[in-house]
Amino acid sequence: MEKKNNLRAWIYLAPLLILMTVFTFYPIVNAFIISIYKDYQPLANNGAGIITGYTLQNFLFIFKNQLFWISVKNTFVIAFVSVPISIFLSLFISVALKNIPKLKGFFQTIYFLPYVTNAIAVGMAFAFMFHQNYGLFNAILGWFGIDAINWIGGTASWTAQMGALLIYTIWSGLAFKILVFTSGMQNIDKQYYDAAKIDSASKWTVFKRITVPLLSPLILYISITSMIGALKAYNSVVGLFGIQMGAQPYSMMTIVAFVYRYVSGYTDVGYISYASAAAIILFIITVVFSLIQGVVSRKRVHY
Amino acid sequence: MSEIFVQNEKAYKRKRIAGNITIYIFLALVAISILIPFYWMILTSFKNETQITQIPPILALSPSDWKLSNYTDLFLTVPSGPRAGEPLFPFFRYMANTVLISLLTTVGTTITTILSAFAFSRLNFKGRDTLFAVLLATMMVPGEIFILTNFLTINKFGWYNIFTQTYGQAILAMTIPFMVSVFYIFYLRQTFKQIPNELYFAAKVDGTSDFKYLLKIMVPIAMPTIVTIIILNSMGAWSAYIWPALVTANDKYRLVSNGLRGAFTDTSTGRTDYGQQMAASVLVTLPLLIVFFTFRKQIMRGVSRSGIKG
Repeated sequence: MEKKNNLRAWIYLAPLLILMTVFTFYPIVNAFIISIYKDYQPLANNGAGIITGYTLQNFLFIFKNQLFWISVKNTFVIAFVSVPISIFLSLFISVALKNIPKLKGFFQTIYFLPYVTNAIAVGMAFAFMFHQNYGLFNAILGWFGIDAINWIGGTASWTAQMGALLIYTIWSGLAFKILVFTSGMQNIDKQYYDAAKIDSASKWTVFKRITVPLLSPLILYISITSMIGALKAYNSVVGLFGIQMGAQPYSMMTIVAFVYRYVSGYTDVGYISYASAAAIILFIITVVFSLIQGVVSRKRVHY
Repeated sequence: MSEIFVQNEKAYKRKRIAGNITIYIFLALVAISILIPFYWMILTSFKNETQITQIPPILALSPSDWKLSNYTDLFLTVPSGPRAGEPLFPFFRYMANTVLISLLTTVGTTITTILSAFAFSRLNFKGRDTLFAVLLATMMVPGEIFILTNFLTINKFGWYNIFTQTYGQAILAMTIPFMVSVFYIFYLRQTFKQIPNELYFAAKVDGTSDFKYLLKIMVPIAMPTIVTIIILNSMGAWSAYIWPALVTANDKYRLVSNGLRGAFTDTSTGRTDYGQQMAASVLVTLPLLIVFFTFRKQIMRGVSRSGIKG
């Protein structure tokens, strides 16, 4: 057996641990502390910061803040609508890809493009495609005799704005999922499909009875991570709507945007604490999602 | 009897071909929906204002009708206002900043990743598994939790002062906090673990030091993984948006994403120049696509690995 080489290991880990202590571990602890500071002025007193005590009022401030609830609503709609749709679509696409070994690589490359683009740049392209008069979407709707929709203009309805944001979110989220599901399917034993062929099972039956059950651990994992990712929606909103975060100011606000709004107001008394409290709520939601994953994967996933 | 069999075989084949055609049409439609935003971005960037505002929209332009004015206009200098004398969209400055940030964070991340993946995979020390579990747990924490305090920390380090921030300080603020990636450590550790122990013991017998063994044996063997890490990491700076905006006091220090949004909307009239906006988007997207097509295999392999690990 090897002997323990404690000291040497810590030397190798030193750069990592120093950086993580300052920029990861300390911030996690500090976020909780800041969230209960009363009247926190972080840079006052020559950078030492001033507080007048400890309080839970920061959380109350957020819960009473209408903008926070708008953010929560938008974020949850994004997560609960875009994730299931994109998971289902990408599963479907991956299965179709499996059937055409010849052009698979070609299509996979195209489908992967949204992953390697800049969310702001492509978001702006989408914004122009959603333009009420000059946009492509309304032109296409026009071919089918559907009236032009005000997707993201100044007076656009919440539903239209959210529709546009969801289309963009799903478009950009497919790439990763298709890639992961196609690689996952390669690991499924061919014997199952051969057996299905002998029983002349239909494609839908094969999809339902073989592909989905055998991929279920992966599907669950991707669902949860995508949910957590969707809860952090921000760049997509900036790309589509600009820094006013919506067709009307803040109409498409998300939780992360709410946090940043108060971070950038850090010179105002207590703002960093509000941002902290909101970030902690986001953290708690994330943890709940991960716990759900843990429980469900133990109970319901077929192996 | 045999005839029926042949007929069945033919019917089966016909059904299969019909099925395959449906699949191809479906996949082609998906491919078109994926490509349309890129197409629209490029097309719009080559239109002049009257073409852009035409109803119904022009769906295609022959190359002889392409206008380059949207691109050349990006480099015209702003006549007045706070940014007087600067190009309308300082693409090359933002690019240079982005490349520099990308380079520095990648060098830093690669070094910390190799050193710690080595410790976690090869060295035996007290608390190794606990520490590794703690690192993995931090991946679950939303980035906003860190950003709050890191922003204050950067302030306390004196790297962000609205009035006195220098270029060097801005660079430090944008790079130092991002020189660690738990995911890449996890990824490289997997690769390192596959290297047979015998190699290590043989090297030890020869009196090779750990560091030399890491550098001369492990790193070369794990090179494909390390290259993937380098590529994926260096692409990150292109999408960085909020942090550079938070910690830079001067427009000149920012990255490509920051300059894009809002630069082409006249603040007084609220009118947006879509042609220029799309031209700038094309310029920002292009380098990423070039990198992607050059290293397609490594990138797709690396990204798919990140999804499979669960």
